[in-house]
Amino acid sequence: MLSIRDLSVGVDDKTILRHLNLEVRAGEVHAVMGPNGSGKSTLAQALAGHPAYTVLGGEVTYLGQNLLAMPAEARARAGVFLAFQYPIEIAGVSNAAFLKAGLNEIRAARGQEELDAMEVLELLEQKLALVEMDRSFLNRPVNEGFSGGEKKRNEILQMAVLEPKLAILDETDSGLDIDALKIVAQGVNRLRRPDNAIILVTHYQRILQYVEPDHVHVLFDGHIVKSAGKELALELERKGYDWIKDEAAAA
Amino acid sequence: MTTALAGTDRYLEEFERLERRDAPRTPAWLAELRRSAMTRFVQRGFPTTRDEDWRYTNLSSLTATPFQTASSLPAHAVPAARVNRLRIGPDAWPRLVFVDGRYAPEHSSVKQLARGVRLSSLAEAISDDETLVDQELIGRHLGRYARPDSDVFAALNTAFVQDGAVLYVPAETTIATPVEVVFLTTEPGALSQPRILVVAGPNARATVVERYVGFTDQACFVNAVTEMAVGTGASVEHYVLQEQGASTFHFSTLHAALERDSAFSTCEATFGARLARTTLTMRFGGEGGRGSLSGLYLTNDHQHVDHHVTVDHAVPRCSSRQLYKGVLDGASRAVFDGRVIVRRDAQKTDAAQTNKHLLLSDGVEVDSKPRLEIFADDVKCTHGAAEGQLAPEAIFYLRSRGLDERAARRLLTLGFVREVIDRIGVESIRSYLDRAIELRLGTERGSKEMA
Repeated sequence: MLSIRDLSVGVDDKTILRHLNLEVRAGEVHAVMGPNGSGKSTLAQALAGHPAYTVLGGEVTYLGQNLLAMPAEARARAGVFLAFQYPIEIAGVSNAAFLKAGLNEIRAARGQEELDAMEVLELLEQKLALVEMDRSFLNRPVNEGFSGGEKKRNEILQMAVLEPKLAILDETDSGLDIDALKIVAQGVNRLRRPDNAIILVTHYQRILQYVEPDHVHVLFDGHIVKSAGKELALELERKGYDWIKDEAAAA
Repeated sequence: MTTALAGTDRYLEEFERLERRDAPRTPAWLAELRRSAMTRFVQRGFPTTRDEDWRYTNLSSLTATPFQTASSLPAHAVPAARVNRLRIGPDAWPRLVFVDGRYAPEHSSVKQLARGVRLSSLAEAISDDETLVDQELIGRHLGRYARPDSDVFAALNTAFVQDGAVLYVPAETTIATPVEVVFLTTEPGALSQPRILVVAGPNARATVVERYVGFTDQACFVNAVTEMAVGTGASVEHYVLQEQGASTFHFSTLHAALERDSAFSTCEATFGARLARTTLTMRFGGEGGRGSLSGLYLTNDHQHVDHHVTVDHAVPRCSSRQLYKGVLDGASRAVFDGRVIVRRDAQKTDAAQTNKHLLLSDGVEVDSKPRLEIFADDVKCTHGAAEGQLAPEAIFYLRSRGLDERAARRLLTLGFVREVIDRIGVESIRSYLDRAIELRLGTERGSKEMA
């Protein structure tokens, strides 16, 4: 589904990702872990098409298309979804209006009929239950006045509504209490299907107790230095990241 | 009369001509009011950028253009269908329509008014001998609030005062639906000077919607004055929708006088005109008054929109809220001057002022100036001004959800003005403005926006 080859990405004249390689197949959940500053968020943002991140080299193929040539909105319409680490507050735009606008763009790209306000509302109400948010969230301005946990749940709500093929979750677990974490994890597990894939970018192993990954990668100094099964996450939890740094330095 | 200043002589000639023409049917009090206003206008002349209140608004193109008083031009017929298309509310709204300042009864409907309510054209009210009560009422209020000696455009309007709308709501009376007064600008080169007088008696309630619609893109000069006397415990909601043509000079002077425990709100949406100036004064004359002043303006090309707002807390325990938001595109310019006066005895005043601008292009210019003049010590006054562009992170957030850049900018801009729209208490005005704004920002998929 997603094939990242030799990807280098910079921001503000600083190279962050260096020759990164990653293969993600449909039906898989990949955890990308790593210490702070290793390039995890850069990878997430670059895949979503943030214009501040400059691709310096390499290629990314997504469902046979050259992902890097697509503007952010085309990626979203093709099924790529990024759950933001720091969701943006949008004054004066209700969550419902925001979701309706995005959903109808994506539906149009899929060749589906636009949904009207009532139909969107019905869909949203079903999805709200999934993240245990109440109806009032729909009328509130996007993320404005939301707690940290509410913002993250709102990202999962958007994911549930937009039904992406490739979901990238950028530290969606950070700053969540255990109840919110379970809700987020449950939302992610609902999305898990043989025909889509999930990349969980995380600092901690905690969420992986609830969302079991097929592969765990360690990102350090801009590229993946170690890949293994879910047992690697537990090892990182026990030993921290220093041994990875030492290994990388020795290599 | 004193010697005319530059730019005023043609108005003086016109004034004298109309004075002779109308003398036989003009009541003495009105003739006197007009004449003293004309004297005032000629003495002052049009302001220049050397006047502090006009520093950022240059009137040289206005004063250089010869306009003709609309009432001396032949009446312009406007097809009924065209007027009907302007409807924003249910048919049941009482409505007065004016074409180039002149009352057009064929387009108006004045019915289903509560007992004792009087709604009529000003020209009818002052010429009809049968309604002497109206004359007495008008003579008592006209020119008392928007005073010719304090504002040159109020002076010019008063000197030529002929027609407009009068609404009187007696004590303890509620008008259930909004009253709409519509001023159509149709004749190129015409000067029209509508006058609106609203008098709400004790505990009366009314909603007034004032609209200016341009049917011509040629230069016109509209100089409107609205006076509102809000009685003790009364409540008046006021809306102004300005959709003049692209070359019109639009001046609007609004003065609201609030008695004890009364409530007044005004919300103005400015879309049209090449130059639009609003001079708004709200004065608390009795304790416990509440005033809400708000506005939104969407400008483009070389439009120039100027708001001068004065809130006069002359007595204790009143609250005022100001919220003005502008969206500027093209090479347009906005001026905002918000003055809050809290007089020495006006303890427990609660005043807040916010003015924000969203700059959509590099070619725009904003001059925003809050002025707090506080002479009492036990007061709460806040003010805030901000200007900025759409946040790139917000644009990316929306793009990552499938909206292209244009749709993202549009949705964020709608979000910016939402705060003002949310203050509007009349649903059909809210949805009318939503549509008007969306239209101006360009159509988009999902035009049936939810908010």
